[in-house]
Amino acid sequence: MRKMVHDYRVFLWRCLRLAFAGDWRYYAWMGFLTVFCLLGLNAYAKQFVQGLVVTGMCDQVSWGVYIANFTFLVGVAAAAVMLVIPVYIYDNEELHDLVIFGELLAVAAILMCLAFVTVDLGRPDRFWHLIPGLGQFNFPASMLSWDVIVLNGYLLLNIHICGYLLYSRYQNRRPARWFYIPFVFIAIGWAVSIHTVTAFLYVGLGGRPFWNSSIVGPRFLASAFTAGPALIILALQIIRRVTDYRITDRALLTLRSIVQVSMLINVFLLLNEVFKEFYSGNLHVASSRYLYVGLEGHHALVPWIWTAITFNIVAMFLLVLPVSRSLRWLNLTCVLAFVGIWIEKGMGLVIPGFIPTPLGEMVEYSPTLNETLVCFGIWAFGLLAYTIFLRMAVPILQGRVCKANESGPVLPPRVRQPNAAAATP
Amino acid sequence: MAYPPQSPAGAPTPGGEGQSRRSFLRTSAVFASGLAALAASLAPLRHLEDYTSLELFMQKYYKELTPEEMAKVLQRIEREVERQYGVRPHVRDLKPMNGVEFAYAHNLTRCIGCRKCVHACVAENNQSRTPEIQYIRVLRMPHGTLDVDKSEHHYDPKLVPEKGYFYMPVQCQQCKNPPCVKVCPVHATWQETDGITVIDYDWCIGCRYCEAACPYWARRFNWTKPSIPKDRLNPDMAYLGNRPRRQGVMEKCHFCIQRTRAGRYPACLEVCPTGARKFGNVLDPNSEVAYILRTKRVFIQLKEDLGTSPRFFYYFDV
Repeated sequence: MRKMVHDYRVFLWRCLRLAFAGDWRYYAWMGFLTVFCLLGLNAYAKQFVQGLVVTGMCDQVSWGVYIANFTFLVGVAAAAVMLVIPVYIYDNEELHDLVIFGELLAVAAILMCLAFVTVDLGRPDRFWHLIPGLGQFNFPASMLSWDVIVLNGYLLLNIHICGYLLYSRYQNRRPARWFYIPFVFIAIGWAVSIHTVTAFLYVGLGGRPFWNSSIVGPRFLASAFTAGPALIILALQIIRRVTDYRITDRALLTLRSIVQVSMLINVFLLLNEVFKEFYSGNLHVASSRYLYVGLEGHHALVPWIWTAITFNIVAMFLLVLPVSRSLRWLNLTCVLAFVGIWIEKGMGLVIPGFIPTPLGEMVEYSPTLNETLVCFGIWAFGLLAYTIFLRMAVPILQGRVCKANESGPVLPPRVRQPNAAAATP
Repeated sequence: MAYPPQSPAGAPTPGGEGQSRRSFLRTSAVFASGLAALAASLAPLRHLEDYTSLELFMQKYYKELTPEEMAKVLQRIEREVERQYGVRPHVRDLKPMNGVEFAYAHNLTRCIGCRKCVHACVAENNQSRTPEIQYIRVLRMPHGTLDVDKSEHHYDPKLVPEKGYFYMPVQCQQCKNPPCVKVCPVHATWQETDGITVIDYDWCIGCRYCEAACPYWARRFNWTKPSIPKDRLNPDMAYLGNRPRRQGVMEKCHFCIQRTRAGRYPACLEVCPTGARKFGNVLDPNSEVAYILRTKRVFIQLKEDLGTSPRFFYYFDV
């Protein structure tokens, strides 16, 4: 037992050391992200002192880019299953080793989600009121309490799966199937649940007709399963470029077919929603009108949503055409899809729900500089976390860092050399 | 579990002895400048004052406080208010009365849209003045519709009432089926037996989910530290009512709990120059509100189709 704990500590210590080892490009990238993290932290410190008045939000539009980014990132996290399903249900070998990269992305995305929710709280000092047993947890009535459970549960599931698989690889042992396969299958269902619950957060509000629609949940999933794998396609190519980790084009093209189908469903569901809102022409269409064409002289979101729709539709056509089999076109497509869905799911979903207010008042929203800096800070923090996870995972998966080369309890200096080699293409 | 003694807690030794010292210095320098950058980015926190106290941070949930603990909490609030405003307030924890269910009835025929209720409410309930928080929003409605999307919130004529319009003040509707209570993740807002939905300002985490859920736009958030001129403070306070709030929590109309649970009328009713506002115990058949609900031909629950079942009724005389 003692030895197990000790071995694990040595493993964690080596992982930690790995996070700080790299060539100048690695340091430059991490330094760049750290600067943004600190800028964000500084902006948040100002907000903490002065209150949420430093944001663009007000009583009329009481959620803004924080919750928008949160909603989008829950989708990115959920999309990790799109790598897991082909591997564990359809035994796709091509993607097998890439699953961990997807799950690590999910961990980073959930960390960002938690950060975005925290910065949105008026009283972050009272977060303990949310802890079941310690505070007062309004479960199962409040959808937010469901969200707390599913997000934290998903985080733990993914940390367990990645952590266990990496540690097994480090020890050069076959992972015990019973210790991770059940969790993989739980995580598949759980991934769907995190985004469904996040959709229900909005859907459950009867007083907001823009959200109170049963199509929001399916649309969330379709857009998540588009944007998430699109991001993974891009991330895998970056990994392939900056490390010598082997990732085949075929794996990328498998992901392409996932993005392809999801995007078709996503655009189809969008059409359904637009038709229902505008054809019947009832009084509840005010928010949609504001979003798509502007209302009573207010149209701040109109250029955004049409950009998003254009990106989505162009991406959809590129995806169905054979041209996106070439990586250059596929990358363009993925960027378009990712940005399009970020706009549509973030600003396009959260903000119009508040405009006009339930009493018919028109107040527009745009984020302030301080608010934007906090957002950049959290995105930088997420990328920083993901980079560190990859920095640890890649040499372990390659077998460069393993128990065999521990060479005694002192951290061997040689760890750096294979690692530095790993960083040069 | 002892950490292996050979394992250095400090810097790595990637080369020979000579390099190790340089690398130690370099690591220290990086570490120190990192800490300095972190400290600099957190510098705004120096201006943090009176954000919370240990007592407040550790305070239990309202419904779990024993009477003795409640007494201590009330004393703490009195002490804090006195320190901040120089006025010793009287803070009570008023409980709902048995056999009482409050309801409000508002006569749309009589209301002239003067907004006196709005300002009486602010004065009574110790709302922040800069920025000003108001619980009541008066809507100017064109004749012939109850669609709030057609309303005007910022009407500002020389004289009210104006021809062709009627006026509809909207405040917390004290729903029987309140969406705000359902969505609160920490039970910081709930419905009391007399029908008033209250907020424990010391328990609210400020997520604003209730504000998104309310179909009547009745909830308000303290976007910054509330400020009230010292000479404007109303010292007659209730825990669940008009005691001063802190930054980052929700508040809303509570039917003037500090008055109505002590047998008085709400401030908005008392100030109304036309007698458009009626308030009382709907369980008492002799009360004015019970009479109105029984005899008036037309009364409206705003957004009735949502199933929230407000305790705030609008009626016309004819």
